[in-house]
Amino acid sequence: MKGAIALEDGRVFEGESFGVEGKKAGEVVFNTSMTGYQEVLTDPSYKGQIVTMTYPLIGNYGVSPDDVESAGPKVEGFVVREYCPYPSNWRSTGSLGDYLVEHGIIAVSGIDTRALTKHIRTAGAMRAVIAAGEFDADNLIAEARSSPGLVGRDLVKEVTCEKSYEWEEGGNASPGAYHVVVYDFGVKWNILRCLSESGCHVTVVPAATRATEALSTTPDGILLSNGPGDPAGVPYVVEEVGELLGKKPVFGICLGHQLLALALGGKTYKLKFGHRGANHPVKELTSGKIDITCQNHGFCVDIESLDQREVEITHINLNDMTLEGMRHKELPVMSVQYHPEGSAGPRDARHLFGKFKEMMLGERERKDD
Amino acid sequence: MPKRTDLKKVLMIGSGPVIIGQGCEFDYSGSQACKALLEEGYEVVLINSNPATIMTDPVMAHRTYIEPIIAEIIEKIIARERPDAVLPTLGGQTGLNVAVFLAREGVYERYGVEVLGCDPEGISTAEDREEFKNAILEIGLRVPGSGIAHAVEEGMAVIEEIGLPVIIRPAFTLGGTGGSVAYNMEEAPALLERGLDASPVTEVLVEESVIGWKEIEYEVMRDCADNVVMITSMENVDAMGVHTGDSAVVAPAQTLTADDYARYVDFCKRIIRRIGVKGGGVNIQFAGDPESDDIVVIEVNPRLSRSSALASKATGFPIARVATKLAVGYTLDEVLNNVTGNTYTLQEPTVDYCVYKAARFTFEKFPRAERVINISMKSVGESMSIGRTFKEAFQKGLRSLEIGRYGFGADGKDPKELPDEHAVMQKLAVPNDQRIFYIRYAFKLGLNIEQVYDATKIDPWFLFNLEQLAEFEEEIKAAAGDGGIEAVPKELLLKAKSWGFSDRQLGYLCGCDEWAVRSRRKQLGLRPSYKLVDTCAGETDAQRPYFYSTYEQVDECRASEGKKVIILGGGPNRIGQGIEFDYCCVHAALTVRDEGYEAVMINCNPETVSTDYDTSDRLYFEPMTAEDVLNVVEAEKPYGVILQFGGQTPLNIAADLEANGVPVLGTSSRSIDIAEDRKLFKELLHELGLQQAPNGTATSYEGALALAEQIGYPVLVRPSYVLGGRAMEIVYDDEQLEHFMTEAVEASPERPVLVDKFLEDAVEVDVDAISDGRITVIGAIMEHIEEAGVHSGDSACVIPPQTLSKEICDEIAEQTRALSSALEVVGVMNVQYAVQNGQVYVLEVNPRASRTIPFVSKATGVPLASLATKTMLGHSLEELGLTKEVEIGHVAVKEAVFPFARFPGIDTQLGPEMKSTGEVMGIGPDFGMAFAKAQIAAGQHLPTEGTVFFSLAPGDKTPAAARVAGDFSEMGFRLCATEGTAAWLRDGGLECERVNKVREGRPHIVDRIINNEIALVINTPSGKNPRQDEIAIRSTSWARRIPIITTVRGAVAAVQAVRVLKEADLSVRTLQEYTIDTHGTVPSPRV
Repeated sequence: MKGAIALEDGRVFEGESFGVEGKKAGEVVFNTSMTGYQEVLTDPSYKGQIVTMTYPLIGNYGVSPDDVESAGPKVEGFVVREYCPYPSNWRSTGSLGDYLVEHGIIAVSGIDTRALTKHIRTAGAMRAVIAAGEFDADNLIAEARSSPGLVGRDLVKEVTCEKSYEWEEGGNASPGAYHVVVYDFGVKWNILRCLSESGCHVTVVPAATRATEALSTTPDGILLSNGPGDPAGVPYVVEEVGELLGKKPVFGICLGHQLLALALGGKTYKLKFGHRGANHPVKELTSGKIDITCQNHGFCVDIESLDQREVEITHINLNDMTLEGMRHKELPVMSVQYHPEGSAGPRDARHLFGKFKEMMLGERERKDD
Repeated sequence: MPKRTDLKKVLMIGSGPVIIGQGCEFDYSGSQACKALLEEGYEVVLINSNPATIMTDPVMAHRTYIEPIIAEIIEKIIARERPDAVLPTLGGQTGLNVAVFLAREGVYERYGVEVLGCDPEGISTAEDREEFKNAILEIGLRVPGSGIAHAVEEGMAVIEEIGLPVIIRPAFTLGGTGGSVAYNMEEAPALLERGLDASPVTEVLVEESVIGWKEIEYEVMRDCADNVVMITSMENVDAMGVHTGDSAVVAPAQTLTADDYARYVDFCKRIIRRIGVKGGGVNIQFAGDPESDDIVVIEVNPRLSRSSALASKATGFPIARVATKLAVGYTLDEVLNNVTGNTYTLQEPTVDYCVYKAARFTFEKFPRAERVINISMKSVGESMSIGRTFKEAFQKGLRSLEIGRYGFGADGKDPKELPDEHAVMQKLAVPNDQRIFYIRYAFKLGLNIEQVYDATKIDPWFLFNLEQLAEFEEEIKAAAGDGGIEAVPKELLLKAKSWGFSDRQLGYLCGCDEWAVRSRRKQLGLRPSYKLVDTCAGETDAQRPYFYSTYEQVDECRASEGKKVIILGGGPNRIGQGIEFDYCCVHAALTVRDEGYEAVMINCNPETVSTDYDTSDRLYFEPMTAEDVLNVVEAEKPYGVILQFGGQTPLNIAADLEANGVPVLGTSSRSIDIAEDRKLFKELLHELGLQQAPNGTATSYEGALALAEQIGYPVLVRPSYVLGGRAMEIVYDDEQLEHFMTEAVEASPERPVLVDKFLEDAVEVDVDAISDGRITVIGAIMEHIEEAGVHSGDSACVIPPQTLSKEICDEIAEQTRALSSALEVVGVMNVQYAVQNGQVYVLEVNPRASRTIPFVSKATGVPLASLATKTMLGHSLEELGLTKEVEIGHVAVKEAVFPFARFPGIDTQLGPEMKSTGEVMGIGPDFGMAFAKAQIAAGQHLPTEGTVFFSLAPGDKTPAAARVAGDFSEMGFRLCATEGTAAWLRDGGLECERVNKVREGRPHIVDRIINNEIALVINTPSGKNPRQDEIAIRSTSWARRIPIITTVRGAVAAVQAVRVLKEADLSVRTLQEYTIDTHGTVPSPRV
């Protein structure tokens, strides 16, 4: 079956389908991780996006139920150079192609993904349509042009949980464990695993949960999760985040970090082609220590927009000097733009979960005094 | 942190001669390190005994010592130079070992020298088996379980503890002799006993077997602020059980999940921190169970390695340069990534292609060696190839190897009949250099991936890709049908090209030649596109133009409008074609740039300086076949192409290039043809009135026989168009000749065999000369130490000649000029002569760079390769200031280094077939000193006392030999000999003990050698077929590292060296000092 991806600026790349037949619009972005396609596919932050992997050989190790970041793929489409239908890894339970078909995902192989990547790099992430089966290239371009794009759109509501639940996997929680309420904007399960493994009791709540409701469960801390799209698309969340500040320790990751910035009066903007990969060097400014981080974001907090009397810049990206982390000078509030839970990517920054625990401990001690 | 300003002078330790396991990758890393240090303004002192390196060029350091890399000499250099620090992590295992030794001897303390990169404690944590094990356990990781045993019971106790299967490794044996794998309790005791027997110290290591596991490697770097970056992962195609140097390797790893990958990364970080590298890189080797998440740490190299050179070329990340900067105090966020030009080095490389490394073996050089590969490395070189898919990289890799293959079979080089299943299974089960092709036969026989996996343990992912290729052949064949290449649809042809099929393969499959495929492709518009190696998968706009070809939509080729010169490299190292040629190519590239042209390099050898990112203006990492080279030529449209420097590799495709209108710079390919074609060459010599040993050419055994009768035995026979004396033999009778003709015709089917009268007891002479087409200047006349008949690459040689008269030297120079003029040489040429009874005979002429160019350049201070490049670009020698031969006041000796210890049991006798892997140079005020140093540098530890064993062939019982024995005796050595030689020595009035030959009963001479009772062996072969006991004497001596000399002339030289060692102190002096003596000036370091 034929497949293609058509871009709003008229570029069309044709290849072969290895997913389901159909057509879908989304923003086309590239990810530079050399492993971790299943984590990428199931990362809810990719909602609304068609992802191309810069690494050309995809599917090599198949799929495994252990390597998912949510219940199923969230991407709108998947574009690779060469798909391998014969996976090899002892944990593999099946091929990537079968997995994508099972979950109704359109996927195209045989694409000059380097050319596509370079195009996105110079022209910017843009709207596109991925198609498999019978299609007309000109129609696809037209459809790409009339698709909604990401700016200002609420994609969180499409990936957040319907109702709150307790996270059980990898649980280490013992009596007296910290209770963390996780705002699910499209949370990656590895964040929940990391919290759990570090001994926290985790409750996941829908994105639209009122602050009062979240606080009523007497958590030790609140985690604002990652998620897809434009932070400006979810003003109702920003409001609630504002309500949480000063009440409980808050830790924001990725979209959670951006929402926190908005709640603190900052502004966000769209990056030309975003940061998506597993090799981004981030410097912690106080210690000078550098972590190699996993990243996935198309929007970014404007450093200039932050009130630096109130907010301290804690981390910056060494490639483009954009904001990677901040903390409130008075309140137990911190956030990072990158993914301390890794997956797919290095585990350098996992210590941040420890730091979050310290914040919660500090809060408990403060209350005890 | 900025660079250290408390350091002013840094001593770099090189790696010495190219040997198996330590190749020219250390010239690459050492050169990069020298450049990095010079760039930072440090005064650089360098020691390396290998003259064929770029790093020992006088412009690469302030003070260059071409001296033996031993503690005694380094201490002398330290005392003379008083450096602030030593950088030992870029000179391979040699550099590291000597650095640790110096630390233990307290030399650094004595002279206040700091060790940069990794401190001696860290080095010893990585190198000492017990310390290493403890360190790894301490950080929560695992090494294979193991224990030492001195008796069977002890061994069984270890097995109880770690479980079966186990590997039994006898201590102190070479090449894994006596080693085995025990799978059950029943066979274990017998295998233990065998291992204990094989070990001279009755000791075996019993180790948990991880044979068949995945072998995964990582390159990791750390700075003094504890920042750590991963440069790349690599996955060995061959499973554990094959040395990683011999295994095919892909980068990055292909079969690891993100979670696996992250775990390895986490382990790497723990390891590099535990070893304590403070500014540099390490290579870490793991074994991973293919059926669980069990991972064991196999080895950690706290230094630059072969793998790090590969990783550098695979990712574009200059590891050696960065390691050097980190060693002098910089942090990763301060060192710019020169490839992107806009990111810093703590941005981990990410790639968007697949890299394949294939090992180059030379088993054909050692017919008696068992043709298997295992845990002891045997390959002598490697090729690297890049493709957008594994399939593409893999096929390019096979044709890069220059083993006469053009891809994964289907190139007309497979046997007409498929081998049977039994033969195939056998080849699959025991790793060997041909195994990859047998995998194809297995698929052709209908075996499936599981069956091949069970036999080979090669990961099914790789096998799946290979199976796809084997199946795709059939698709092409079917599409071609009777219609040939024209009938193959464009889409299918494109798919074939993007899967790496060469035009040669497609031609074979479609029943036409490669040129028909090429023109069909062009007609269809199917040309390769060139993609950039940029360390960032296209995420930023990288500046370094380093390309590979693929078949995709978008071409990133940046060919400019400027005047360009393409330099063709030498491909993978092999015996006969090594680092010397890369040295020349690098000089060509640098000179071309100095002359205002753009230099474009094509090569596929990742170990080299020529493929370093800043050697040329544009680098194409491509196989050196006519197809691949022509593609680059068409993309670049150069002013000219230089073929002279890449050894035989570019000459092999010279005719195809010229036929396609490629402008060749320098000596024309017509002249090359005259020199290589025996008939034309004979005519030329006749015209010039020069003598040649009587000779002729033959295409059949009968023809050769007739010739031999006419000329008289012994004759020297060889195939035409070969390098390194491939399949060259001295033949003494009809029987041998018949045997040879079958071998030789196999070696080169399309070319006739050359038959020459062998000149016995002649002195061989090598001459390198340079010409601008008007005048010819002799670079140097080199007198060989070993007599004619020993391949020039294996013979030691000396500048200036020591025993040739001035008249003979003048005659040789005159003949060289005549040949140069007749062949209209522009550039360099090499001529080999034999001098017998005052007569000069021309042996051969090579109108291209020879392997002695770097040696001559170092000895005389004349950069021949660079000047030759200038003559090719139109300069006259007069303009260049070189109009007469440079005379030197010192003596320089080149000595060859041999890989015999890797091939147990083979004959070490030297002959017309080249066997050495590398070379060293000794310089001194006189011959004795220079030769002594060369011997030490080559690892021949000439004794100053003890017993010298003589066993001379009848023809070698000459007055010269008698003088050698007399001199040893006079210097206080005891003499012993086998019967005939002993009687002859006694007749000459020397005291000599008679020892038994092997068949005369025990203890015999081999027992005496094993018992370390012999300090030096002088054993000249008895001609014709070597006797079995001669082979035993020679191979045992090699295995025990007892110096052995196999020619009388070699013995004459050795006795002079021994005298120097006994009576004089070895002095050290820099190349720059020698150059000033010769020329009055010396070029300053190139920054």
